Amino acid sequence: MDRLLYLLENNPRLSNNELAVMLGVTEKDVEQKIKLYEDSGIIKGYRTVIDKEKLHDEKVTALIEIKVHPKFGRGFDDIAQRIADMEEVESIYLMSGGYDLCCLVSDKSFQEVSMFVAQRLSPMEDVMSTATHFILKKYKEQSVLFADENKDDRGNISL
Amino acid sequence: MIEYEKYLNPTLCSVKPSGIRKFFSIAEEMDNVISLGVGEPDFLTPWHIRQQGIDTLERGKTRYTANAGMLLLRQEISNFYARRYLVKYNPEDEILVTVGGSEGIDMCIRALVSPGDEVLVVEPSFVCYKPIVEVCGGIAVAVETSSENGFRLTAEQIEKSITDRTKILIFPYPNNPTGAVMRTEDLKPICEVIKRHNLFVLSDEIYSELTYGGDHVSIASIDGMQERTVVINGFSKTYSMTGWRLGYALGPAPIISQMTKLHQFAIMSAPTSSQTAAIEALRNGDKDIVKMRTDYDMRRRFTVHAFREIGLECFEPEGAFYAFPCIRSTGLNSEEFCEKLILSKRVAVVPGNAFGDCGEGFIRVSYCYSIENIKEAVRRIGDFVNEQKENYGS
Repeated sequence: MDRLLYLLENNPRLSNNELAVMLGVTEKDVEQKIKLYEDSGIIKGYRTVIDKEKLHDEKVTALIEIKVHPKFGRGFDDIAQRIADMEEVESIYLMSGGYDLCCLVSDKSFQEVSMFVAQRLSPMEDVMSTATHFILKKYKEQSVLFADENKDDRGNISL
Repeated sequence: MIEYEKYLNPTLCSVKPSGIRKFFSIAEEMDNVISLGVGEPDFLTPWHIRQQGIDTLERGKTRYTANAGMLLLRQEISNFYARRYLVKYNPEDEILVTVGGSEGIDMCIRALVSPGDEVLVVEPSFVCYKPIVEVCGGIAVAVETSSENGFRLTAEQIEKSITDRTKILIFPYPNNPTGAVMRTEDLKPICEVIKRHNLFVLSDEIYSELTYGGDHVSIASIDGMQERTVVINGFSKTYSMTGWRLGYALGPAPIISQMTKLHQFAIMSAPTSSQTAAIEALRNGDKDIVKMRTDYDMRRRFTVHAFREIGLECFEPEGAFYAFPCIRSTGLNSEEFCEKLILSKRVAVVPGNAFGDCGEGFIRVSYCYSIENIKEAVRRIGDFVNEQKENYGS
């Protein structure tokens, strides 16, 4: 992967100037390249990873396995797109294996997830079945560890 | 009460301990410190290498190996030096696997130095050379490099230090603490002097894979030098394997053979699980090195730039993972600077004079830390420098 993308993915709060210093290019180069990545859709956006459990707001994340009828000539795209358009859905992927679509719904109350599955998802014409799994504990998300931070065990000083 | 002095080796007792013990004891005991002070990588040993070590233990391969190290490992080391630095060593009798580079340095100095021999030690440099030379009854003669020369060693500097008792040059590049490297054009003239005066070289190349903007050149690859050089290297810095304690020495068979004899009596053999892990590292670890080097390089640029931004002169390091900013503008000496800094801002860096007198006026900053950590540490150092300059100026 390009070094700029690598840095942005891991340190999204670095300024363009800092990025330029680290890459040995000009700030203008960085600005142009980021714009190019954004315009071409390589960079989809910038989000913050928050450990919501620490906010104690009693929200849950559910992973929903969905089996669907693929459509002639359109495959799974049609139904996947319609599910993706629902605001409750955080992520949706076409999967290989025992089911077709994997859908993540997060930051909802238990009640909201139930309503979403029962009233919006399951009744859809091409949805054959769903299986909803609730996430019990997050250990790592988007490469960020949620468990206690790894403490630097190297000490303060060594030669 | 026993008089222990009567029992202790007086030569060992007369070796001077590190001059910065006071600062070290303060730094070690303090909590909540942001550190740029350690000399080891922050990356963990790559998983496939750790897995190999675990596998060795699971299979119960827990016995001694050959004294010189497993032949397979020596073959891989030989391949590595040939493909990376274009120097060929015979795995049979020109390679010794040691407990870290440190043991290799110890064995080499002990194999070469007799009482009264003069040993040229390039400074600033890692702290172990001089004491070991002195324990052997040798006389360590500092050859001081300076920021004006980019901390490179010049032919004139060696020439000036040579006497008829000079036997060995200890050559530590890429350099800890300065980050200086020696390119082919820098090596050639000093090799002429070394050959003319018939010196032997101990080349400590432990940071050889961490160079930025040009591959490391081993002094042993320069014409006529392999026969008069022992190269020390290891796995600690290259593959983030500090705790595995594994290094190696490469050199002419008659010297490696004497070092192996000493190693056999002192150590027996390097840890077996570390040796098998090291084989995996050499075979399949190139991509890990590239990844770590790329990361270090970006942090290096960030760190040097950040120090210059807060008004400290900072020489551009091209190797290892240290920057060596000059702190003379604050009016403090290295130790005062570090002590006041850690007490008032809780940031740990190492006084430059820990690495030899000519390191006075500098601090060693390690950039094997996350960017957030470096950023916050330099911000605090910036505040500290401003406060000092105000006091100094008034």
